[in-house]
Amino acid sequence: MNRLDAIRGATPGQDHNARSIAALAANPACDRRAILDAAAIDKPRLMRRLRFDDRWGQSPFAIQRNQQFTDLVKANGAAHLLRLLRTLLDLPIEEAGYVNLEDAGGNEGQVARHGHTRRIIRQTAEGRGRATILDRPLLRLDVAGAQVYLEPDVIAFQLGGRFHIVAIKSFAIVDDQADTPKVSAAAREAAVYVHALRALVGRDLVSHDVILVCPRDFTNEPTATTVDVRHQLVTLARQLSRLTRIEAILDRLPENLSLDLDALSPAQIEAAVAAIPARYAPQCLSACELSHLCRREAHDLGHLDALGRVVRDDLGGIESVQTALRVATPGEPVADDQAEIAERLRHVARLYDEAVA
Amino acid sequence: MSLLHSYVKVKAREQGRALPRATVRHVHLAEAPMVFVPLRLAGEAAAPLGAMVGTDPARPTLLVVPQPRNRDLRFQFLADLGAVLLPYIDRISRQVETVEARTPFERCLDAPQIVVPSPGGVEFAAKLGRSSRFRRTTGPYAVDPAVPMLGRWLTFLAEQSEFAGSSLMVAMTDLLTAHWVTGQSAAEDADLAALLGWIDPPEGLTGPEAAALADDPLTPPAGPDTHPEFDRQELQKAIEHYDATGSAAQVEEALHGQLRPTWDRVWQAIGLLSALKESPGATARWERDRVHVALHRAWIDGGGLPQGKRDSAVAAAKRLARLEAAQQSFEAARAFDDPLVMAEYRADGVAFAGEVVAVDLTRRIVPPGGKREVPRPLVTIETSDPVRLAKGKKVRSPSRPRQSATIADLTETTVTVQIDDGMGRGGQPAEGSVPAVGTVICYTELDPGESRRAPLPPREETPWTHGGPPPEYVPTDDDAAEPWS
Ligand code: SF4
Repeated sequence: MNRLDAIRGATPGQDHNARSIAALAANPACDRRAILDAAAIDKPRLMRRLRFDDRWGQSPFAIQRNQQFTDLVKANGAAHLLRLLRTLLDLPIEEAGYVNLEDAGGNEGQVARHGHTRRIIRQTAEGRGRATILDRPLLRLDVAGAQVYLEPDVIAFQLGGRFHIVAIKSFAIVDDQADTPKVSAAAREAAVYVHALRALVGRDLVSHDVILVCPRDFTNEPTATTVDVRHQLVTLARQLSRLTRIEAILDRLPENLSLDLDALSPAQIEAAVAAIPARYAPQCLSACELSHLCRREAHDLGHLDALGRVVRDDLGGIESVQTALRVATPGEPVADDQAEIAERLRHVARLYDEAVA
Repeated sequence: MSLLHSYVKVKAREQGRALPRATVRHVHLAEAPMVFVPLRLAGEAAAPLGAMVGTDPARPTLLVVPQPRNRDLRFQFLADLGAVLLPYIDRISRQVETVEARTPFERCLDAPQIVVPSPGGVEFAAKLGRSSRFRRTTGPYAVDPAVPMLGRWLTFLAEQSEFAGSSLMVAMTDLLTAHWVTGQSAAEDADLAALLGWIDPPEGLTGPEAAALADDPLTPPAGPDTHPEFDRQELQKAIEHYDATGSAAQVEEALHGQLRPTWDRVWQAIGLLSALKESPGATARWERDRVHVALHRAWIDGGGLPQGKRDSAVAAAKRLARLEAAQQSFEAARAFDDPLVMAEYRADGVAFAGEVVAVDLTRRIVPPGGKREVPRPLVTIETSDPVRLAKGKKVRSPSRPRQSATIADLTETTVTVQIDDGMGRGGQPAEGSVPAVGTVICYTELDPGESRRAPLPPREETPWTHGGPPPEYVPTDDDAAEPWS
C-alpha cells in the first residue's frame, strides 16, 4: 500500500472529475490541497464530519436545467450541434457522422468504455470512419499516479482537420455577452479534456479552441462560440506536474499521518489536517471545499493573507496582523528589512487617527 | 485602495469590529427608499422566483412565482412587481421643476431610489429589464402593459447605477463598504449578512463572531441566488405542492423565510447610513439624478422607444468615457468632502496637507503665452506626507475648490505652490484670496470638476435615452415573442 492510500485509510475516496482537476489550479501553492487531492480524500465528507455548512452542492433546479439543455442540443443525432458546427468550423454539409460512444458493445465498465472511445478516436484521427460528432466519450488522465476517467460532453472532428472539445453549458449568452466567471470556469474544465485528449492523439490534432454551446438570450435556442484555452492548458500542466512531485511534500509530513475519515474522531481529523501546511487566501472560498476550515485557522494565526491580496501586497513582507500593528506603533523595535514599511505604516496610522478624531 | 485602507483592515481585524472609512455619507438616501430583494431560480438567467419589495420596513410586499418555469406566471410576477414599483416611480417623477439656465431644463423635485442587497441584485434587475422591455401589450404574446414599462425603468435604473455616485439604484453592500472597513476580505464583504455582522453586530457578539453566523446554514444568502440545500429540501417540495394542489402557500412560506432576514438587514443598513450626515457632493449628485429621471420620464411620455439591445461601437466608446469621467469626479468629490477619504490619497502621495509657513504675495510673472505681468503668489507648506506630485502638476484644495494652483517647488519637508487664479482683478491679490501663514491646508491633484458644477452632461454626451442621437434599435416582432424559458 502506498503512502497516499495509507493516509486515506479504509474510507472510500472521492473520484476526480474535470471540475475538481481544474480547481487544483486555484491555489497551486497549497500543500494541504495537493495532499488531500492526491490521496483522493473526500473533502465534502471531511467538512461534514467537522460540522461545517456545505454550500458546494448544486441546486436540483440547476442540474435539471443543464440536463434539459444538454438533451436538447444532442437530440436527433445532435442536429442542433451539427448546424452550429457547420457555421463555426465550416463543416461541409455531407459531414454528419454522429457516433454515440456510450454503447461499448454492451460493456458498461469504464475500462471497456474508455477502450472503445480510444479505438474510435484513433480511427477517426487516421481518416478511417466518418465520425464528426463523438457523443459521450470517456477519456482517461493520469493524476498523481491514479487513473481518472473524464467525460466531456462531446468531441467534434473536422475531416482532415482537428478534434475540438465541445462544452454544453446552460448559462445564457444574452445579447452576445455571458457571465465572465461562468465562462472562465467552463474554459478551465474544458482545458482538462483538451489535455486528456492530447495525451491520446497528440498535441497537434486537438485544437486549443474549445466550443462552448449555450442558450441564446432568454430562449432555449443553442448558440455556439469558440473559447481559446491555451492559458488554462499551461496552468493545468504546471499543476499536474506539481502533483507528481507529491513525494517531496509527503516527506515533510508526520510519519503516520492518517485522514481515515470514518475511523477518526472530529478532533483527530482536525489535528491531522492542521499537520499539513496550508496557504489560505480568500480565493479559496470559491475554489476549495476546505476553505471555511482553513480560513478559521488562518485568522486564529493572524495571517495577513486571509485579508486578501491587496492587503498582502500593500504590507509586503509582513506576515501577521500582530506584526503589522506592532511595526505601525512608534517606538516599537523594527527589523531592518521592515524599516521602510514601518515608516509608511506609522504615517498612515497618524493620518487615520487625525482624520477620525 | 490604498495603504491606509489596508492598514485599517488590519486594525479592524485586530479590534474585532468594523472601523469608519468615511466621516460623512457619500450617497443620498431618499426619504422613502424602495427596497427590492429579488430571488431567482438556480440555473436560469432571469427566471424570477420571488421578491420582497416596498417602502415600509414593517410591511413588505411578498411576490412569488409558485412555478418558476411557467412563462405566464413569470409575466404575472413582473406585472405584480410593476404594480408596486411603477406607481412609486410615477408619483415621484411626475413632479418637476424648471431650472433656469441658459437653456432651461427640467428636474424632478425628488427621484425614485431602489435599494437592492448586493451588486447581484442590480445585475438581476437589468436582466429582468432586458427580458421584459420589448414585450408587446397587444396581439399575440400580449402581456400586461405594466410589464414593458417596468422593463424600461429597470433598464434605466440599472444603467444609471453603473455611473459612480448615482443614487437611483444602489447595492447595499457597495454602500456599506464605502463607509466602513471590516477585518475580512472583499470577497466576504460581498455577503450582506457577514458585512453587517462586522459593522453592527448583535449585542454581546464581536464582528467576526457575528460574521461567522452568516455561514450558518440557517442564515439565508442575500440573493439573487438561493442556497442549494434550500432548493433541495424546501423549495422543490413547495413547488411540487403547488403543481399538485394549485396552492402557492408553501412556496410563499418558504420564500418568506429566505427573504425576510435579508429585507430586515437592508433596512438595518439604511438606518446605519442615515445616521451619517450627507456630504455636499452627494446632494449635488442627487440633483443630477433628478435631471436624468426627468429626461427619461419625458422620453417615455414623448413616445420614445425602449433602450436598444447593445450599444453601437461609437455609443459604447462614448458611454465608457462618461463612465470614467463619472468615476473620476466621484472619487475626487468624495475626497474633497471628507478628510478621512482624503487621508487615503495623502497616504499614497497624490495629496498632501500641512501648515503654510511662507507666502510671497508680491510675486508677478508673465505667464506662458501672455504679454502682461500678473500676480502669481507662492505659498509654501510644510508637510510630513510622502508627496509624489511632480513640479508643474495642477492642484486644488478642498477648502478653495474653485482656485487652481501649480506645484512650483518641492523639498524633503515642504511643497511650494503657485496660486493661478481666483485672486480678483486688481494688480495685487485680493484680501483673503491667498492662504495665509499659519493656515493648515491640503492640496491634491484630484479635481471634482463637473460633479460640483454643471448639473448636466454636455449635449453631445447626452445618452439617446435622454433626447440625444436617436436609437438604432427598433424592437421587432421576434422580441415581443421571444420565448422565456
Ligand atoms: S482552502 Fe485550504 S486546503 Fe483548500 S486550497 Fe485553500 S488553503 Fe489549501
